[in-house]
Amino acid sequence: MQYIYAFITGGIICALSQILIDKTQLTPARILTAYVVLGVVLTAVGIYKPLVDWAGAGATVPLLGFGYTLAEGVKTAVADSGLLGALTGGAKAAAGGISAAVFFGLLTALLFKPADKS
Amino acid sequence: MDMTPQEYEQLVEKHCKASPLGKDMLWAFVIGGAICTLGQGILDFWKAAGLDEKDAATATSITLIGLSALLTGLHLYEKLAKHAGAGTLVPITGFSNSVASPALEFKSEGFVLGTGAKMFTIAGPVIVYGISASIIYGVILVIFGAV
Repeated sequence: MQYIYAFITGGIICALSQILIDKTQLTPARILTAYVVLGVVLTAVGIYKPLVDWAGAGATVPLLGFGYTLAEGVKTAVADSGLLGALTGGAKAAAGGISAAVFFGLLTALLFKPADKS
Repeated sequence: MDMTPQEYEQLVEKHCKASPLGKDMLWAFVIGGAICTLGQGILDFWKAAGLDEKDAATATSITLIGLSALLTGLHLYEKLAKHAGAGTLVPITGFSNSVASPALEFKSEGFVLGTGAKMFTIAGPVIVYGISASIIYGVILVIFGAV
């Protein structure tokens, strides 16, 4: 059942985003940036956590889930170490994803050939 | 130009392409849903391997990011993205692709100012505003003592 919830939730989030792409002039950079910030806001007001509990990867895999990770990380860190946690919590929680994207990006550049431009 | 209303209608129809939005949304739904379902499978795999909830979620992101970087290197991700649109952009695999793709394509401009700098064209703003939003949220939590 969890797989069906993940499929439907992830699918709906992507389908709604397609409307943004087709109907507005928003570039991918703007959409992804907006989604991460929106993920933080939705988590802060308490809407996103229930969705994650229900949809699992359907809610955590879309980039909104990156915002969720940031916000949850900050919440835990603030509880542990106050104001310092406000600065460290987000980056700490997102460290795995950011480091992986950077390192695998570099590996890709080292190991593969750019597309033929001709 | 002489034409009957029927002929005019046909002409108008020929020039107004049907909006592809429905088709685009269907593609985005199916591919985006499939990537999330794959993510769920990977998440369950890492949980079964003994990772706790948080570590399993991080490991899942890393696995998807690695897979996407590999597909980007093989130029397969862009082929999928041509049809899937938001279905390949919005999942974390799209974030990884947005890093790996310019890293590879700008290799010709050098590994520092090409690969090293250009990989942050999209990821940069995502990280800047994502982290900043999280810090603001953290400061609000501190001020209101909500934790």
